[in-house]
Amino acid sequence: MSTFVLLTITGLGLGAMYFLVASGLSLIYGLMGVLNFAHGAFLTVGAYAAWFAESKLTGISSVGLRFVVAALVGLAAGGVFAGLVELVLVRPLYLRHIEQVLVTVGLSLATVALVQGIWGSDSRTFATPGWFAGTTDLAGTHIPNDRWLDIGAALLVLGGMKAFLRYTRYGLVIRAGVENRAMVTALGIDVRRAFTLVFVIGGVAAALAGVLSGVYFTSITPGRGTSLLIFAFIVVVIGGLGSITGSAVASAVVGLSQQYVNYYSSGLGDLSVVLLLALVLLARPATLAGRTA
Amino acid sequence: MTRRVLRRLLPVAVLVVLAILPKLGFGLGALLPGTLSSPGTLQLLAVCLIFAGVALSYDLLFGFTGLLSFGHALYFAAGVYVSDVAITKWQWSFWQACLVTAAVGIVLPLVVGFISLRTSGIAFAMVTLAFAQAGAILVQKNPHSWTGGDEGLGYDYQQVPAAFVGVFNTRNLYWLALGYAVAVVLVVAWAVRSSPGHVWQAIRENERRVEVLGLPTRRYKLLAFVLASLLATAGGVVYMLTVNGADPSLTTPDFTLMLLVMVVLGGSGTLAGPVLGGALYWYADQRLIAVGGSHTIQSLPGVLRTPLSQPLFILGTLFVLAVFFLPRGLAGIGAGERPGLGGLRRLEASLRGARQGA
Repeated sequence: MSTFVLLTITGLGLGAMYFLVASGLSLIYGLMGVLNFAHGAFLTVGAYAAWFAESKLTGISSVGLRFVVAALVGLAAGGVFAGLVELVLVRPLYLRHIEQVLVTVGLSLATVALVQGIWGSDSRTFATPGWFAGTTDLAGTHIPNDRWLDIGAALLVLGGMKAFLRYTRYGLVIRAGVENRAMVTALGIDVRRAFTLVFVIGGVAAALAGVLSGVYFTSITPGRGTSLLIFAFIVVVIGGLGSITGSAVASAVVGLSQQYVNYYSSGLGDLSVVLLLALVLLARPATLAGRTA
Repeated sequence: MTRRVLRRLLPVAVLVVLAILPKLGFGLGALLPGTLSSPGTLQLLAVCLIFAGVALSYDLLFGFTGLLSFGHALYFAAGVYVSDVAITKWQWSFWQACLVTAAVGIVLPLVVGFISLRTSGIAFAMVTLAFAQAGAILVQKNPHSWTGGDEGLGYDYQQVPAAFVGVFNTRNLYWLALGYAVAVVLVVAWAVRSSPGHVWQAIRENERRVEVLGLPTRRYKLLAFVLASLLATAGGVVYMLTVNGADPSLTTPDFTLMLLVMVVLGGSGTLAGPVLGGALYWYADQRLIAVGGSHTIQSLPGVLRTPLSQPLFILGTLFVLAVFFLPRGLAGIGAGERPGLGGLRRLEASLRGARQGA
């Protein structure tokens, strides 16, 4: 029982990270039809910006405060980077979807190579507040505290995105754009501003995933973004392209099944996720048609 | 008239030069690691030729059928690993290993293609990527210590025909690689001119329309998928012989992305483009590593040195620039302006059709 609880919380923690990457991907795809391969690069940039900031902020003596400030720097870096990518590289190729995918592919290769060139391919570690390394007792087992952080962050982002889409004017434009972009443009609304916005939101969420992955895996590496991105793709396909809630449910399912299968079958968790994807596609190819935010 | 004769003769002339290359004793200065007949140069050129063939097999999917697959690495890696494991771990004879590899090269894409072709467009890209990742994980997990995990797996040279073993025989491997590249060019040229080939190109242009005509598009796409994968698997076997074993980096998504870059840089939807792109990309990648370590680059200030010593940074940036400024690739430079859409632009139509169908 206690193992089961531990596996569940860990699986949800992992799923939380998938969600942070997948939500942005899904939103960008839903609105713009762009498969953003550079999303992993946003994660890497955010994580390394946070790590770099933390190593420079030696003036702040409290580890907790320093981590929070560094994390905010990382989020800002991810958002700015993503916004610039949209403005400079994606926008000129408006509606040319394959070329947009190719540009993001080239960008992700170049960014990861550059980060590797500057900081090397070895893993780097954050100094994190002591509370993260501790555990909480629940149902007779010790749960690492950073799992709660991951789950909390994902829930916060889920709630925030939902509220933003539901109650703000820009959210309305985005939802309408996902539904029928041509109609929104015909009504005289500049959808392109919403494009930049979803990239920035996606970039911040990916950077958050990057910082949290630095805590979850206890280190960051240049290739982390790409490896998380692949699972995020699986999540997006299972959850339905363009659907935030679908992504949330799918990330929980993927994270949990990965943990359970890993434990009960000696390390076949990653393969089980691909099998899950195949089963979903065979049973319900219609999932992929879902295009509501 | 003379132009047409020249166009016909050019490939033959290139082939003749490539075929007698190992007999030539001179070098090309810093362009190559040694003289043309040295084993180092021949191995580099052999891998260039293999990637030329594999890139063309990928173009059969991407350029000719309009299928954006992110999982082509899986079939190439299957060729490398299945043949290597069969001769090294199971101690099968080389020809038995080739047979079982060919069987895998047909059955695997048949199954994966059957499932992933239930989706189209971007979702197809993601699903093929996921399956390729499953292959990469399997190699990492190293079941029964067959694949060697991170270490890779050197082959057992006693099981391989003697003509392909040893430094002196690098020239035979070079000719084998040349034969593979030529075979892929001939097969693809024949396939795209055949009756299914016309349907593939029609699917690329407008899948809906082909469906309305009453043709089973999924079956045609599956045929293209299996043929392209089988060609890549064959390339994997040649590669395994050329580099004396298997290496897990071939299974990663980066490898598929590399094929994509090769095809787009060369010119998608053409025969010459991917061949050119594949060979030149690999050559550039390998020589940039050598140049990046050279004294000239290392003595530059850090701001310039760091990016220039990362081949993937240079190639990735070049790729982005090519998408913007050279959408028809290298093959499109000499072709002049032809009416209608070219290269990547042409592929857009098929993807948009798929999205509307979703």
